[in-house]
Amino acid sequence: MKTRALGMVGLLAVVIAAIFGLFVVPPDANQGDAQRIMYVHVASAWLAYLSFGVTALGGLLFLWKRDLRFDAVALAGAEVGVMFTAFAIWGGMMWGKPVWGTFWQWEDPRLTTTALLLALYVGYLLLRHLTDDPMRRATRAAIVGLVAAVDIPIVHFSVVWWRGLHQTATFGDPAKLLHPSAPLLFVVALMGMLTAFTIVWAYLMIRRYQLARTAWQIEEHGRLGRISAARQAAVRPVRPVAEPHPEEVGS
Amino acid sequence: MSGLARTATVALAIARKDAVAELRGKHATTSTLFFAAVVLLLFGFALGPDTRRLAEAAPGLLWLAIVFAGLLAVGRLHLVETDDGALEQLALYPVDRRAIYAGKAVSGLAAMLILGIVLLGVVAVLYGIDLAGAWPALVLTLVLGCIGFAAVGTFYAGVTVRMRAREVMLPLLMLPVIAPLLLAAVKATAAALAGDPFGELAAWLQLLAGYDLVMLIAGGATYGFLLEE
Repeated sequence: MKTRALGMVGLLAVVIAAIFGLFVVPPDANQGDAQRIMYVHVASAWLAYLSFGVTALGGLLFLWKRDLRFDAVALAGAEVGVMFTAFAIWGGMMWGKPVWGTFWQWEDPRLTTTALLLALYVGYLLLRHLTDDPMRRATRAAIVGLVAAVDIPIVHFSVVWWRGLHQTATFGDPAKLLHPSAPLLFVVALMGMLTAFTIVWAYLMIRRYQLARTAWQIEEHGRLGRISAARQAAVRPVRPVAEPHPEEVGS
Repeated sequence: MSGLARTATVALAIARKDAVAELRGKHATTSTLFFAAVVLLLFGFALGPDTRRLAEAAPGLLWLAIVFAGLLAVGRLHLVETDDGALEQLALYPVDRRAIYAGKAVSGLAAMLILGIVLLGVVAVLYGIDLAGAWPALVLTLVLGCIGFAAVGTFYAGVTVRMRAREVMLPLLMLPVIAPLLLAAVKATAAALAGDPFGELAAWLQLLAGYDLVMLIAGGATYGFLLEE
């Protein structure tokens, strides 16, 4: 019930923040209406990184405590994170087309890093999907999640360098949105959307965690059921005593 | 014997075992080499026949061929361990798990270095590149790149070897992780071939070395969990 209330609050917050961002805040002087995408884009990107941080932490705690609940937390982080990452890339591309004139900007280290991030965690989810044993799945996922988390800063650093040593380009920098000189209304719109998205994120994380726990219980129930069925079959032979084999009859 | 020396002894013994198995007629390195050479030939068809264009793209194509062939090489090095439950035997040895990781990584590195040196020659011939004068920098790039690839590859091959669809999962998991390695190795190779006009070679080699170090530590720290399964 509390979780449902949280979801309702999140939904309401997103609607209010969207109305504020779309109708109350004036369009950006340089980027026009396209700049409004930034409110959801920045919020998605922030939550994507937060989710993957949760996944790495969940994996670490699982390896330490060997408790499958931490694995469920890691799974929730990865799945919600992949969704927000895809959302962030999509928003970035929609923003890039009118502002940069192209969907994909190789000069932007953030875009390329985020694309690799998506690939890393889609791989993580597939890995989970392809391993049946819960403990084995959790172990593999935890260490792959940790190596992925270690890799992310190197990816970002190398892509920044790759561009930096190449040539320096000037383009609209999304980070400038948070610059102190930005008008107050823009900052309020961004912060409002950030808050609203974070509430929704918390709701999704809790729900995904609960779902993972339920799925695990069903799995465990099925496994125990099979074991007891096998035991019963071993105690009481189902078939009557077999008739003698034809060859034995002949001998 | 001190801990480090013991670890090194165990690692070298495992690497030697892999080398012996390879030399006694599995001939997998040969087929991997030919596969990579064919890939380079097909890159030529895809981008050629303008030799100048091929020469420009050569560093990237070389490393892509190394990566594709390397995926096969590291995957196979773990696959041989699944025959007759050899991996379980290996896991039962009373030695440091990091030594087992290091051993598999050393044999991976050996395979990668053979691949890299041969492919460098193939690229020089096919794409008309003059290697003279760039040798020291190229070999250093190759060694650092192969160390990183072996470090990451050994880890991911260990993760995927007992999995369904491992042929797809190994590249899928590994390729995004080695993106920085590919980037730095291609840049360093290009700089080395051009005579380092912008003085950026050292920076890329440092990035490669740093990547190798981080991935070796990460792989060594986590590989043991795989053997406990």
